[in-house]
Amino acid sequence: MPAPIRLRELIRTIRTARTQAEEREMIQKECAAIRSSFREEDNTYRCRNVAKLLYMHMLGYPAHFGQLECLKLIASQKFTDKRIGYLGAMLLLDERQDVHLLMTNCIKNDLNHSTQYVQGLALCTLGCMGSSEMCRDLAGEVEKLLKTSNSYLRKKAALCAVHVIRKVPELMEMFLPATKNLLNEKNHGVLHTSVVLLTEMCERSPDMLAHFRKVRQLSSSQLVPQLVRILKNLIMSGYSPEHDVSGISDPFLQVRILRLLRILGRNDDDSSEAMNDILAQVATNTETSKNVGNAILYETVLTIMDIKSESGLRVLAINILGRFLLNNDKNIRYVALTSLLKTVQTDHNAVQRHRSTIVDCLKDLDVSIKRRAMELSFALVNGNNVRGMMKELLYFLDSCEPEFKADCASGIFLAAEKYAPSKRWHIDTIMRVLTTAGSYVRDDAVPNLIQLITNSVEMHAYTVQRLYKAILGDYSQQPLVQVASWCIGEYGDLLVSGQCEEEEPIQVTEDEVLDILESVLISNMSASVTRGYALTAIMKLSTRFTCTVNRIKKVVSIYGSSIDVELQQRAVEYNALFKKYDHMRPALLERMPVMEKVTTNGPTEIVQTNGETEPAVLETKPPPSGLQPASQANDLLDLLGGSDITPVIPTAPASKPASAGGELLDLLGDLNLTGSPVSAPAPQIAQPPFLLDGLSSQPLFNDIAAGIPSITAYNKNGLKIDFTFERSNTNPSVTVITIQASNSTELDMTDFVFQAAVPKTFQLQLLSPSSSVIPAFNSGTITQVIKVLNPQKQQLRMRIKLTYNHKGSAMQDLAEVNNFPAQSWQ
Amino acid sequence: MIKFFLMVNKQGQTRLSRYYEHIEINKRTMLEAEVIKNCLSRSKDQCSFIEYKDFKLVYRQYAALFIVVGINETENEMAVYELIHNFVEVLDKYFSRVSELDVSFLVSEIHL
Repeated sequence: MPAPIRLRELIRTIRTARTQAEEREMIQKECAAIRSSFREEDNTYRCRNVAKLLYMHMLGYPAHFGQLECLKLIASQKFTDKRIGYLGAMLLLDERQDVHLLMTNCIKNDLNHSTQYVQGLALCTLGCMGSSEMCRDLAGEVEKLLKTSNSYLRKKAALCAVHVIRKVPELMEMFLPATKNLLNEKNHGVLHTSVVLLTEMCERSPDMLAHFRKVRQLSSSQLVPQLVRILKNLIMSGYSPEHDVSGISDPFLQVRILRLLRILGRNDDDSSEAMNDILAQVATNTETSKNVGNAILYETVLTIMDIKSESGLRVLAINILGRFLLNNDKNIRYVALTSLLKTVQTDHNAVQRHRSTIVDCLKDLDVSIKRRAMELSFALVNGNNVRGMMKELLYFLDSCEPEFKADCASGIFLAAEKYAPSKRWHIDTIMRVLTTAGSYVRDDAVPNLIQLITNSVEMHAYTVQRLYKAILGDYSQQPLVQVASWCIGEYGDLLVSGQCEEEEPIQVTEDEVLDILESVLISNMSASVTRGYALTAIMKLSTRFTCTVNRIKKVVSIYGSSIDVELQQRAVEYNALFKKYDHMRPALLERMPVMEKVTTNGPTEIVQTNGETEPAVLETKPPPSGLQPASQANDLLDLLGGSDITPVIPTAPASKPASAGGELLDLLGDLNLTGSPVSAPAPQIAQPPFLLDGLSSQPLFNDIAAGIPSITAYNKNGLKIDFTFERSNTNPSVTVITIQASNSTELDMTDFVFQAAVPKTFQLQLLSPSSSVIPAFNSGTITQVIKVLNPQKQQLRMRIKLTYNHKGSAMQDLAEVNNFPAQSWQ
Repeated sequence: MIKFFLMVNKQGQTRLSRYYEHIEINKRTMLEAEVIKNCLSRSKDQCSFIEYKDFKLVYRQYAALFIVVGINETENEMAVYELIHNFVEVLDKYFSRVSELDVSFLVSEIHL
């Protein structure tokens, strides 16, 4: 078999390949040759083959069949073989492969080899990919090598020790005695690696940290002064050609020492005091003309910020950062902005001084710098500078890249909320954001904005006028249109009457307003959510406008057959509102009351006015104006046709603004959803709102068929549940059952949840209960309405599940109700 | 902590790669391609530190070769920037005026 080609030849051949496919072909051919050569156990050329394999591995081709060969190479006596073998091991093997354990013995022998280079190779490899078992076995050898006088080996051993500690933290104490003398070296290599080792130990274990900090008998062996001394030597000593990097001696070591000082000085007064002088010295003496000097200054600044330094030093640090900001070099500015961001929490005033420079950075071309500047600007906004800053930030919002716009918009909203000098300014700012970056505003900002607008009562006219003007021209930005349609719906009367004090009032007729809302509905650009907003707004205007009620009725009835389920449902309900419940319409569509401040989690209190209730927690859409009985979830259930014995989820007061999709997901996700989270808002009302009460105890249908006997469905453990029936003449397949639950024991039953399931041919709808607490001694009852649709007039059967808390323990019961009177279902 | 050290040329061919953390081999090629795409799209007067996923890239261009180092947050970016330059100077001294060809042919020597 001809001698395998050298690595250079291979590289040359691969370079001639013109396409990816050609390259792959060449490599596969070569791989095949290598594989057959391995099989032949050819010692002389193994090294060459493995080298080629490593090259191919680097290009991204699989090379795992070479792993064993690497091991064989390591075991050979020739240095060149060992070298390639160890390199291969470092690149191809890691602890996931089982093969690596075989290396342990080889490494052990090589660690005790006579040639330092071989020892060095072994240390390198162990430090690169040693697994925890290998480390445990070989830690002793490493520790021995850490104590040798050979500096070449010592530095490698120190790095290997770092890896061992990372893999097996328990072995840290083993290396502790060796570290005592490490810093006495002259050789920078050893110094550097020992500092790394010490850093690693201090970071990993607080005990070590305490150990290194404490004062010892001989002051010369104390760590912090030692480091300070070394650092001083580095700065003060003249030009040393060995360690010079553009005029500064060994900046890498300086940076490492500074970092170790930072770790030692954190939260520790004594150490921090010992460092103050040297830090000041480094900060003032380092040359800043080259990048190297700036790197050291950066590290110094970070250290000063982290330890308990005196205030003079901190001011010095911030001034250095300010100087960085004015520098032309982008890297330095970026670094300065990052560190300022970290320090702005603690040293707010000092950073304020540099505010103008930071704001200038917003206009920089570089993306990373702009992002940092934006974050820092938001952190710096306060009551004094809010107007100026906002102007800059709004200008930035106009011109920045799309990836920033969402963050910027949210940041502006937050800042405006906290520091707005006047309501009008606040609303202006919001308007500006909506018009410039409307489509990037986050969805959850819309309800917040709406709440804000309702809170500023005197600005309603002004707000609605401006919003109207904004969407007149362009209604493609969804959040803007949503907010605008909601406001127009609420305050349309103010708009039409033209009573705006703040601005020149515009003349708008009712028809024009309806025009714009209708065009929003029709437009292809409007999202489904936005259309929902618009339709509801139109509906609300029916009570606020006087001459265009017929037009509104027409629009609403058109959408009764819309394809979009959400729109259709709303339109149908509003239609019903026009036809049957016209007397309730004004009350239902009244102005929204001022909403409570929103907390982010959990249901909050329900504000009650004139029978119209709404929760203060707003979800992605505002509550459709209180059509209580329409529970969207159950309509969906009807549409779905229900499934076999479906347990039905009792609904919360329908003012829970659930999007249709959301409820559907709820249904599908957890059919056994207990009513407790959902009806949790309900029990928090001490007095059930009369509307809810009224609706739940009265049947919807005005015609009552009297005379059906009521039954006791359940009576156990003091809990009694009675069913009373009503049937409608207009719709004979519907039976309305009112349940009354009473408690004859001495203790209240709390968190009472009633669930019911019916056979497949029936459909069930549970309305919300009046409360979830049944008071003791029969002093009160819980009422709940169940509607059963029985199109096939089958015998009514029901399975009920009751859960409640009684006497401190949770109780649960299942029962079947079979004793329905015949008149209830025939 | 340094996560990886790459030398990639403008056409996207990797001349040297050293990973200090285990990454699957197919992910490595993807990573290298993305990283070089990020670096190539930067202009001359943009800063050399890019935020990429959850770590930072420090890159430096020498003629047609990009040296990219991936670091995590605890590392001093400027020190790494200097390190890259130091490394190039060392290579220069070792190979007496190193060029990209040297790097591609003498990979194994550079590794160690």
